[in-house]
Amino acid sequence: MLKLELRPQPSKWMSLGSPLLALALTVLLGLGLFVLLGKDPMRGLQMFFWEPIKSAYAWSELGIKATPLILIALGLAVCFRSNVWNIGAEGQFIVGALAGGWVAMQATPDTGRGIVVLILLAGVAGGAAWAALTALLRDRFNANEILVSLMLVYVADLLLSWLVYGPWKDPNGYNFPQSISFLAVTKIPRLFEGWRVNIGVLIALAAVAGFWLLLFRTYAGYALQVGGLAPAAARYAGFSSRRALWTALLLSGGMAGLAGALEAAGPLGQLTPYVPAGYGFAAIIVAFVGRLHPVGIVFSGILMSMFYIGGELAQSRLGLPKSITGVFQGLLLFALLACDTLIHYRLRWAAVRKAA
Amino acid sequence: MESYALLIAAAMNAGTLLAIAALGLLINERAGVVNLGAEGMMLVAAIAGFATAVHTGSDVLAFAAGMGAGALLALVFGLLVIYLNTNQYAAGLALSLFGTGFSAFVGIGYVQAKLSTRPSFSLPLLGDLPFVGPALFRHHPMVYLAIALTLALAWFLYRSRPGLVLRAVGESPESAHALGYPVRRIRLAAVMAGGALCGLAGAYVSVIYTPLWVEGMIAGKGWIALALTTFATWRPARVLLGAYLFGFVTMLQFHLQGQGVQIASQFLSMLPYLSTIVVLVLISSNASFIRANMPASLGKPFFPGS
Repeated sequence: MLKLELRPQPSKWMSLGSPLLALALTVLLGLGLFVLLGKDPMRGLQMFFWEPIKSAYAWSELGIKATPLILIALGLAVCFRSNVWNIGAEGQFIVGALAGGWVAMQATPDTGRGIVVLILLAGVAGGAAWAALTALLRDRFNANEILVSLMLVYVADLLLSWLVYGPWKDPNGYNFPQSISFLAVTKIPRLFEGWRVNIGVLIALAAVAGFWLLLFRTYAGYALQVGGLAPAAARYAGFSSRRALWTALLLSGGMAGLAGALEAAGPLGQLTPYVPAGYGFAAIIVAFVGRLHPVGIVFSGILMSMFYIGGELAQSRLGLPKSITGVFQGLLLFALLACDTLIHYRLRWAAVRKAA
Repeated sequence: MESYALLIAAAMNAGTLLAIAALGLLINERAGVVNLGAEGMMLVAAIAGFATAVHTGSDVLAFAAGMGAGALLALVFGLLVIYLNTNQYAAGLALSLFGTGFSAFVGIGYVQAKLSTRPSFSLPLLGDLPFVGPALFRHHPMVYLAIALTLALAWFLYRSRPGLVLRAVGESPESAHALGYPVRRIRLAAVMAGGALCGLAGAYVSVIYTPLWVEGMIAGKGWIALALTTFATWRPARVLLGAYLFGFVTMLQFHLQGQGVQIASQFLSMLPYLSTIVVLVLISSNASFIRANMPASLGKPFFPGS
């Protein structure tokens, strides 16, 4: 029978190969699912892996979706590397969108273009403040950050709902639950005329470089990771675990908030109950599939965006529910976790010993 | 007075589904495994149960389908964390994310579906009593079953030999292994039992409690159930009481709205989530108290011979 055998040291190759293996497994399962549903599996593959990248316009759409995923996943990678389990990025994203949106709503016809910077800063502050609640309760009262950050997602969602149904509702909006449309001056500048992709992509790429430097070229990043890998060693070295907790949560909250503000003042242009699109949760998968590495996260962020766009296309062209995206995202993470076993263990055939 | 009787009844009903899920999670946590996939298992079980109820018209079959779905997902989770040594948090998250997507996907055809008229129940004589009748004795049998389950689980954990072994596996898997108990198989069984109960709770939500299917309808109840096990310091009776308390908080919003309280409904809807946080803060601030009650090997993988 198959037996797991501990490798002398973790395999570098499998650490990179595991996400690819997991993707292959997910594609196979996906093909099976299409056959099961009576759809042409080749058409399915085309929707997910060709249509989203076949033209410059398609890449613009891909960039729109990959930007928030990459931004949030970068912050989460720092969290997970320091063994802080922030799974409430979705809530931090919402509060970032609320804070950025509030600034955008203050714009008047005389406002200058500089307001975009304020919108983004407000987003960062909002997301970081929301994450700070989790950090505070963990630090001060030892409350589990997984549950607290997740509960705060529901609270943020209800807060958004209250605002767009109540105080922030557009008085001329035919009673729809939505804020006023932000003035043009608040719009995140687009990169090319006619395409939706905006400078958020550049911010995300700059953030990738910044996080790479932080994690692998600074003392603070090193201290964070030691705390995650070997808490006892970190204590011995005098690295503060409280500091790591606050740094990780404020950073990831700020990144999620930035993504929220970019989304509100970018593609959305107003606040509605549909601001949360699940990016905060999908980014958890992006972070893991990207090996918690900034460069890996770029690739996994693009891949996950392909899943999103593929799901939308599968809905409009194949008549499948859009939620197929969520199925594939979940399958990918499952497959990845299973394949990751091969980093530390190898499979061996072992003869079954018969009892004497 | 009548409205208070109904509030108590509604609180018990809402608490029941939390209690069943949390008792399930308590079983696998007592064996040393944290399953963050509760939300996902409950969602998949909710649609499995609802679809079964729509097609067969049988609530009992619907509950069985929910339990089966929950146990099956828990099996996948269990194989990953127990036999492949996967991080329990990551695998549980994967299960929750997958369950959310999968249930939305398969449930799309059932969004408009309706179940036949839901039966009403009343215990003979007791159900006709003033006040206590409508408050305590006109519940769905599942409410009483949850109470029985609590007692049975308490007996199992503290008075039976298999329960002792289960706790030993959660406290010190090395010792249990040395004594010859199959630690990993026991953990897998505990994880599946936890999944089955989460599944039962999920099916109860879609078949009896709500009863309909909406995407994401569990709305955090799986996570609240996870918090409940900590809140109850891993003791069955406290789980049930805690669940009723949460049920009360959940139902309070409707009661307050009925009383014409002028607070935006969104703030009232925040109550269950905020009280979960408050309760976690209260119970966790005493770290040594938690540590004294928590299964010592909770969340730690066990690999024989490593």
